[in-house]
Amino acid sequence: MVATHVVESKAPMLEQTNDLAEAETTNVEPAEKSTKITSEDVCVYYGEKQALFGIDLEIPENSVTSLIGPSGCGKSTYLRCINRMNDVIDICRVTGTIKIDGKDIYDPSLDVVELRARIGMVFQKPNPFPKSIYDNIAYGPRIHGLTSNKAELDELVENSLIKAGLWNEVKDRLSGPGTGLSGGQQQRLCIARAIATKPEVILMDEPCSALDPIATATIEELIDELRSNYTIVIVTHSMQQAARVSQRTAFFHLGKIIEEGETTQIFTNPQNEKTQDYITGRFG
Amino acid sequence: MEVQEEMSKDLSTHSAAVKRRMSQRLKKRQAAEKRFQFYGLAAIFIGMMFLVILFTTIIGKGWPAFLQTSVLVNVNLDPEIIDPTGERNVDKMMQANYTKIARQGLYAELGGKPKNRRDRKLMHNLLSRGVDVQIRDAVIADPSLIGKTVPIWLYAHGNVDALLKGAIDRNTDNSSRLVKDKQIAWMDKLVAEDKMVKRFNWGLFTHPASSQPETAGLGVALIGTFFMVIIVLLLAIPIGVAAAVYLEEFAPKNRITDVIEVNINNLAAVPSIVFGLLGLAVFINFMGLPRSGSIVGGLVLALMTLPTIIIATRAALRAVSPSIREGAYGVGASKMQTIFHHVLPLAFPGIMTGTIIGIVQAVGETAPLLMIGMVAFVQDFPTTPMEPATALPVQIYMWATSAERGFVERTAGATMVLLAGLFILNAAAVYLRRKYERKW
Ligand SMILES: Nc1ncnc2c1ncn2[C@@H]1O[C@H](COP(=O)(O)OP(=O)(O)OP(=O)(O)O)[C@@H](O)[C@H]1O
Ligand SMILES: [Mg+2]
Repeated sequence: MVATHVVESKAPMLEQTNDLAEAETTNVEPAEKSTKITSEDVCVYYGEKQALFGIDLEIPENSVTSLIGPSGCGKSTYLRCINRMNDVIDICRVTGTIKIDGKDIYDPSLDVVELRARIGMVFQKPNPFPKSIYDNIAYGPRIHGLTSNKAELDELVENSLIKAGLWNEVKDRLSGPGTGLSGGQQQRLCIARAIATKPEVILMDEPCSALDPIATATIEELIDELRSNYTIVIVTHSMQQAARVSQRTAFFHLGKIIEEGETTQIFTNPQNEKTQDYITGRFG
Repeated sequence: MEVQEEMSKDLSTHSAAVKRRMSQRLKKRQAAEKRFQFYGLAAIFIGMMFLVILFTTIIGKGWPAFLQTSVLVNVNLDPEIIDPTGERNVDKMMQANYTKIARQGLYAELGGKPKNRRDRKLMHNLLSRGVDVQIRDAVIADPSLIGKTVPIWLYAHGNVDALLKGAIDRNTDNSSRLVKDKQIAWMDKLVAEDKMVKRFNWGLFTHPASSQPETAGLGVALIGTFFMVIIVLLLAIPIGVAAAVYLEEFAPKNRITDVIEVNINNLAAVPSIVFGLLGLAVFINFMGLPRSGSIVGGLVLALMTLPTIIIATRAALRAVSPSIREGAYGVGASKMQTIFHHVLPLAFPGIMTGTIIGIVQAVGETAPLLMIGMVAFVQDFPTTPMEPATALPVQIYMWATSAERGFVERTAGATMVLLAGLFILNAAAVYLRRKYERKW
């Protein structure tokens, strides 16, 4: 089951890898989408040090937006602003506004915990809880009271695992430890965990950087499927990945957005010289 | 490619001098490693040797304490002596002259009451002075025995015990020996008839304090230590863990928390006698808690254990991978939920280990207990922590300062009991840690 699944998905992926032009045709969006996340003049400081300088970005609904740029340019920092994950870092200070569906998420009256339930996050290193596979998925719904009984919860867990493409591999060992899965399975478990709280937005910080090409292909395919229901923001160091999975791309450099636009345009016809240099591998 | 070739050429064309220096270095490094290993092994060997010496002396000295010479005597529980009125009044029965009953039984075993007053005294001295209590307890437990003749194992005198265990040499001069020739003759007779035997000494664990070694036991000390451990567990763990969680997870990082942190670390290094002084001043003199009560001891030991638990808990919390916290925050867990659902369970083995180390320290502590008057001659078993009690290490200390020969072996025996207790606690710590670590 696993093997065939992977083989099916691998072939088209590999084709795309070497052919950005083809990506152009597959990724064209027919209609203009409404904006889900709006950032205006977002600045972030770690103590004295400023990490982001006036970020303005609009992220459309039900699409994949990729954030690319050299290491240390502030991609993760920006991503973590969207679900206020930076709040847990003592020295971190955020200014400017970020709105989701027109509502300021840094509004003091907004509950951070409730916000994070609406915005799922997948991290660079798979970090399943040291609990069973079932409990990993069920944890979010449980603490938010999303289900009223065991049957509903079971169904939610199953659906999340199916959506994350992991159900067939783990359905017989739901009570086994989540940490006993392979790296790629763990990462899909984390995606399933993020989906389980029924978020509107999923943030992914280099979700494939610890995975081999086959697991990466599986996850990329998954991202493509999730796109129809979720707004996805993904940080990646792989140009090919950005080209394959995203509709829009923002290029970060030294804490600023240098260029932002349709993925095809960024990769085929970048307006800025730095963008050009970065995507062609001349620096970064 | 070119560069690589150049480098390999470079390596192969080291001059002879460089090569020699390199090989010398290599030899030196290997020698240094060997030497270091040797130092390590030597250190371990020395440590083990001391441990072996310690254990062999303690066990060698202490094992006789677990045996107690007793004499099987057919005692005639004469109603005339025990309960002349026949009303079975317990209070009156407690007052009866059981020593007389014991002695009459012994006369029968040894062929009659000696005529000579001196000889009678010698014969009486074969039995412990505590035998009246043994018979009394048997009668009170089962008054239907009154009027019957029953065989009872009565404790032999401490000197008799010592002679049988070889602590008193029977070949020395009669006049200077604690056990006289006549007594030895009676003993030999009883031993030959299997009526004087070394039996397992349950009394070591159940008897309260006594001035005679044969009836002295750790009963009160064990109860006192038990009460104190419970108090330490109930107070130090919740307070310590709560303080550690607050300091580590919630407290703002500023001057005040810095000062608190430094002071907690300092508290861990404060000599334990200071905690005893504090207990005396605060709990006894100020709060008016009973002197010698295990409640005060428990409070003092809990205070002493707190810094250890706080430090261990903070270290365990810090060791939990930040990615687990991020994962929990990511699915919308609040700070409390993250800590209680994810961080604390993962830190649990570390917290357990630290806590048990703290409790083991507390159980072995003597100095602060001396300050608060737990070094007392307690003959009544405490039923609540408010009543006077002693503790194991204090009992060891008291026995070590007693003159009688029998107390020497009891000191070592009690040390063995204490060590066994600490060993069990440590084993529990290891077991719990393994159990919770292995889970995932
Ligand atoms: N917790 C922190 N404390 C202090 N400085 C930080 C912290 N996290 C990030 N920074 C700094 O902020 C800047 C941006 O970091 P960020 O992690 O956002 O980069 P990135 O683009 O995600 O890099 P990478 O691609 O390597 O993950 C860096 O200069 C980094 O040193
Ligand atoms: Mg990053």
